[in-house]
Amino acid sequence: MSATAQEQVERMLALVPYLRVRDGIGVDDVARDFGVPPAQIVKDLKVLWYCGLPNSVTGDMIDIDMEALDGDGVVKLSNADYLTRPLRLAPHEALAMIVALRALREVSGPSQRETVDRALAKIEAATGEVAGPAAAVDIQIDQTDDKIRATVDEALAKQRRLHLSYYVPGRDETTERDADPIRLVFSEGHGYLEAYCRRAQEVRIFRLDRITEATLLDAPAAPPDDLERHDLSKGLFQPDPDDALAVIELEPAARWVADYYPIEQREELGAGRLRIRLRFSDEGWLQRLVLRLGGAATVVEPAAVAAGVQSRAAAALRHYTA
Amino acid sequence: MTARKAERLMNLTICLLVARTFIPKDRIRQAVEGYRDLGDDAFDRMFDRDKEELRVLGIPIEVGTIEKAFDDEVGYRVRRSRFELPEISLEADEAAVVGLAARVWQHARLASATTQGLRKLRAGGVDVDESALAILEPQLATDEPAFDDVFGAVTSRTPITFSYRRSGDAGTTQRHLQPWGIVSWHGHWYVVGHDQDRQAPRMFRVSRIEGAVEADGERDSFQAPDDLDLRRLASSLAPPHPHSSARVLVRQGAGDSLRRRAATSKPADEGWTEIELPYGSGSSLAEELSSYGPDVIVVEPAQVRDAVVRRLTALVETAEVSR
Repeated sequence: MSATAQEQVERMLALVPYLRVRDGIGVDDVARDFGVPPAQIVKDLKVLWYCGLPNSVTGDMIDIDMEALDGDGVVKLSNADYLTRPLRLAPHEALAMIVALRALREVSGPSQRETVDRALAKIEAATGEVAGPAAAVDIQIDQTDDKIRATVDEALAKQRRLHLSYYVPGRDETTERDADPIRLVFSEGHGYLEAYCRRAQEVRIFRLDRITEATLLDAPAAPPDDLERHDLSKGLFQPDPDDALAVIELEPAARWVADYYPIEQREELGAGRLRIRLRFSDEGWLQRLVLRLGGAATVVEPAAVAAGVQSRAAAALRHYTA
Repeated sequence: MTARKAERLMNLTICLLVARTFIPKDRIRQAVEGYRDLGDDAFDRMFDRDKEELRVLGIPIEVGTIEKAFDDEVGYRVRRSRFELPEISLEADEAAVVGLAARVWQHARLASATTQGLRKLRAGGVDVDESALAILEPQLATDEPAFDDVFGAVTSRTPITFSYRRSGDAGTTQRHLQPWGIVSWHGHWYVVGHDQDRQAPRMFRVSRIEGAVEADGERDSFQAPDDLDLRRLASSLAPPHPHSSARVLVRQGAGDSLRRRAATSKPADEGWTEIELPYGSGSSLAEELSSYGPDVIVVEPAQVRDAVVRRLTALVETAEVSR
């Protein structure tokens, strides 16, 4: 209960100065800006009605036009001259914002970077001394080839179609396709282009550093209206539940695999060994991964992958022993 | 109950904010509805709790003495200059960029801190635009269990100790660190600081910290170097840049990503291409080349060739043992 009152006070301290400069705003708009239901804003206003300068029965309490609120759903607040400005940013708020803006700066193309810098400078100025700890956080993201990035940026800005040459590591081949760009997403240190692939006729995610060539086409980008966008809130690559399941045992040297890939289950086997369950859609990819681990990982299941790894390793070894 | 408490906290804030000087406790008790009807002890307890709650919200309550003829008295106030958000005005394009910041954090607490910050900016008259069509969306995920503790220690300058598993190591060691900063480096969080065991700057991957992160000293008990450049330090502690070169045969139709990095490339025997490949770490290159199986042959250097052969041999033997 205490947390609720505290949250309400935090919100009300912002609500008063917010409403002072937005006289007659609709309660629904307020609710949207504050990210709470309209009923909560009404509750807040009813509390604020009892707040104000102490010891004064005569008009120093905050005034809210209850008729306008109940009748027209608009908020008219007056007599709150002692709360003209919101509370300053708390250190953790300033830090979270500054680091988020730094991440934006890091992924911006040259044309947007200047805007981010101006915004950052103003936010840092408004936070004063708390900007110090923000120097202790740095974000670094893989840089893409400038020419490709510029082409992708231009296609996004002008809403034009792109032709992409794209490397697919799972199949170890480069593919050609036209795509209608939607947005750039930066996650886990890599940049990705979300685009409607004309060849697959669905939304695909392309890692920027695997685009080997990008050409701006004359055609406008025309993704279908009923496009199914990826829900990125749970991370970029959620394994498909229909994907096959592999059981792999990792020696200590290969434990990093459990950090890198979204695994379904991990079980400590002692002495630093780990058994994981991992979903995969491409057998070639999994074979490649196990080959890379060079004996520090054993495929328990599926047997076909274990056999594939084995025969490829043996074939490779014959190059050197023959 | 909640409403009455919220009302009391608001009134206390306003009361302290309008005061020109320190106000004594008994005046506050008279002024704020909700304190008046309480007994002495109950009031003292409630007043202390309320002050603490307001401080948690970041309201700077100052304590001072009021000089009186016979006995000095303790009083409280909130200075407006320390309470209020300074004036800030953003151009439309800046406001759109700041609005994007709300979508960056994939971490609940930091995401809500950002949202709360944006709310204050809005209340300060800035029209933050969160609806702008996002064609640019960076995401900062923080899945590492130790992230919160490390982040907190960095911002509060608290030395920490933790159990750390090095890559490829079966065991863990207990490490002691003055955490200078935290770096998201190619998608993974690292904490950089002064390693008290090694007496040198070191970088630790946050996901390899096992179990609890414990405080190993007081808050604010160390200082990061004034000229700390996290980015430079992180890259100096990270893997080396390419300075060597390997000669490798790649089968037709395979090894596309190797070809793309090749310094030179020429046809070899039927169906093969010979490429020259710059690399930094021989063992990382051997790892990568092994992944191509029979589609890649290392010609030189011998060090990489031998490492690949060792790895392939281990693979074949592992399979034999498990059979």
